[in-house]
Amino acid sequence: MDSESKPNGSARRQFLADTARMACGVGLLGLGVGLYARNASALPPAALRPPGALPEAEFSAACIRCGMCVRDCPYHVLHLARPEDPMPTGTPYFVARQAPCEMCESIPCVKACPTNALDHSLTDITKAKMGLAVLVDLETCLNVLGLRCDICYRVCPLLDKAITLEPQSNTRTGVHTLFIPVVHSNACTGCGLCEKACPTEIAAIKVFPLYMAKGQLSAHYRLGWVEKEKAGGSLVTPDTEHLYHMPEGLKYEHRTGKVVPEAPRPGDGVPNAVSPAPTFRALQGDKL
Amino acid sequence: MSALPGKVGAEAIAEKGWLVAHKWLILRRASQIGILAAFLVGPWFGWWIVKGNLNFSYTLGVLPLSDPFLLAQMLAAGQSPARLAWIGVAIVFAFYLVVGGRSFCSWVCPVNLVTDGANWLRTRLGLKGGAHLSRATRYWMLAMTLIVAALTGTIAWEMINPVSMFHRGLIFGMGFAWTVVLAVFLLDLFVMRHGWCGRLCPVGAFYGLIGRLSALRVRLPRRDACNDCMDCYAVCPEQQVLRPALKAVGGAPPAIRDASCTNCGRCIDVCSKNVFSFGFHTESVPK
Repeated sequence: MDSESKPNGSARRQFLADTARMACGVGLLGLGVGLYARNASALPPAALRPPGALPEAEFSAACIRCGMCVRDCPYHVLHLARPEDPMPTGTPYFVARQAPCEMCESIPCVKACPTNALDHSLTDITKAKMGLAVLVDLETCLNVLGLRCDICYRVCPLLDKAITLEPQSNTRTGVHTLFIPVVHSNACTGCGLCEKACPTEIAAIKVFPLYMAKGQLSAHYRLGWVEKEKAGGSLVTPDTEHLYHMPEGLKYEHRTGKVVPEAPRPGDGVPNAVSPAPTFRALQGDKL
Repeated sequence: MSALPGKVGAEAIAEKGWLVAHKWLILRRASQIGILAAFLVGPWFGWWIVKGNLNFSYTLGVLPLSDPFLLAQMLAAGQSPARLAWIGVAIVFAFYLVVGGRSFCSWVCPVNLVTDGANWLRTRLGLKGGAHLSRATRYWMLAMTLIVAALTGTIAWEMINPVSMFHRGLIFGMGFAWTVVLAVFLLDLFVMRHGWCGRLCPVGAFYGLIGRLSALRVRLPRRDACNDCMDCYAVCPEQQVLRPALKAVGGAPPAIRDASCTNCGRCIDVCSKNVFSFGFHTESVPK
């Protein structure tokens, strides 16, 4: 019995040792692969995914690195990441400053995707969210400097929706107007045409992935004017105009903060004859 | 008349002529290079026969093909493919059920050209020995890739998979993928014989699992004629598959039924006694 169990025992021990060695070796490799995959799965700021791409975490599981989107892009803007690129090897991206998404109406890249890495439910290219344009450099934007460059505004496929020009007085000259490009995140698709077209040496407007470009208000914040519109009227006691005691014939102008002569009332023979009834003024919160 | 020592296949060449003694090798290289060429004429010359790569391809706008191992990882990572990729998997699965799972390894995979090159050079340089690793390691690798995919929620193996990296590199631009290919070459050349394809590659392991059920096999209709010249052992990348069939171990039928066999057909080439031939077998495969 002993002579039989002994070789069996050592064979079993050998088997267990071999198995343990294999499991540990392959397990270590797996650990390395896993950590590498996690570290390398972030998307660098200059790289944008094709339209309809799932959020990055899901994308790296759903994309099978086949390059079908690259092939079906008629403008050849997409590339597959190479091993040395700082993103998952073989996944598609484009760099807006080199070649932006031309926003084909038929979205051939999404149609070509054999998985849902590029979400097939995206059928309207203007609903794409590849990233968000940001006017990153106010010091070099020609419009902010006072010129009428307007190029980003003009090339935007969603003209007057994704980028608007907001007039501001030019305090430097005192007489001119600045037309500040303002990007609206509800419309911007992140195609990158503005970044590509920006005429400065380095673009003043750049497209970033949404997670980098977008801030977020705290959940409990409410915008008073939005709430007012929703409610159809003011939700608090309405503001009233403060009244000041002024020398007769003069009034305080709230808008400019200046004391100006009171305008004569039309059809009133005696200027400034009657002031509002004291009770009325008291209701307005004024001192009597 | 016995084979000249050190000249594997010399007897077969003398018996059958050079061409017949290299028939399957030539056909196999033609298949490997032809498939690669079909992928490459699109990006090189604009003749779009096949789009995509070995992970997923679309031929002439009618034939979708997808890698079942990749989709297994994708499912493990918690995502599922769209319709076309499912069809592609079904086609690939059915095809390799017929022609033998690991036929992929010797007839399609571009890395086989690299490892065959390494093995050829290893023989020429007379390099012997090296590290030992069980043939079963690849199944551990297969399990590892699926577990890592599930744990990280990404197709992690694709970050370093030499098979898809090499193929994608050739078609979409190599970048530094050549370093991984070189690593596989050097592994097979200096560290262990048939190290990558025969012991480590989880892609081959996965196709091997399909191969357990496959119909096309190397058969041994004339195994009685075997003169023990050992040439088939010398050329076989999975030597362990030969002995049971050749020596009727445990009453094994005259067909190579081990799923590791890549159906490369080199044993058919180098046998001067015509022991081997390709054929379909209808017997059920035990285990």
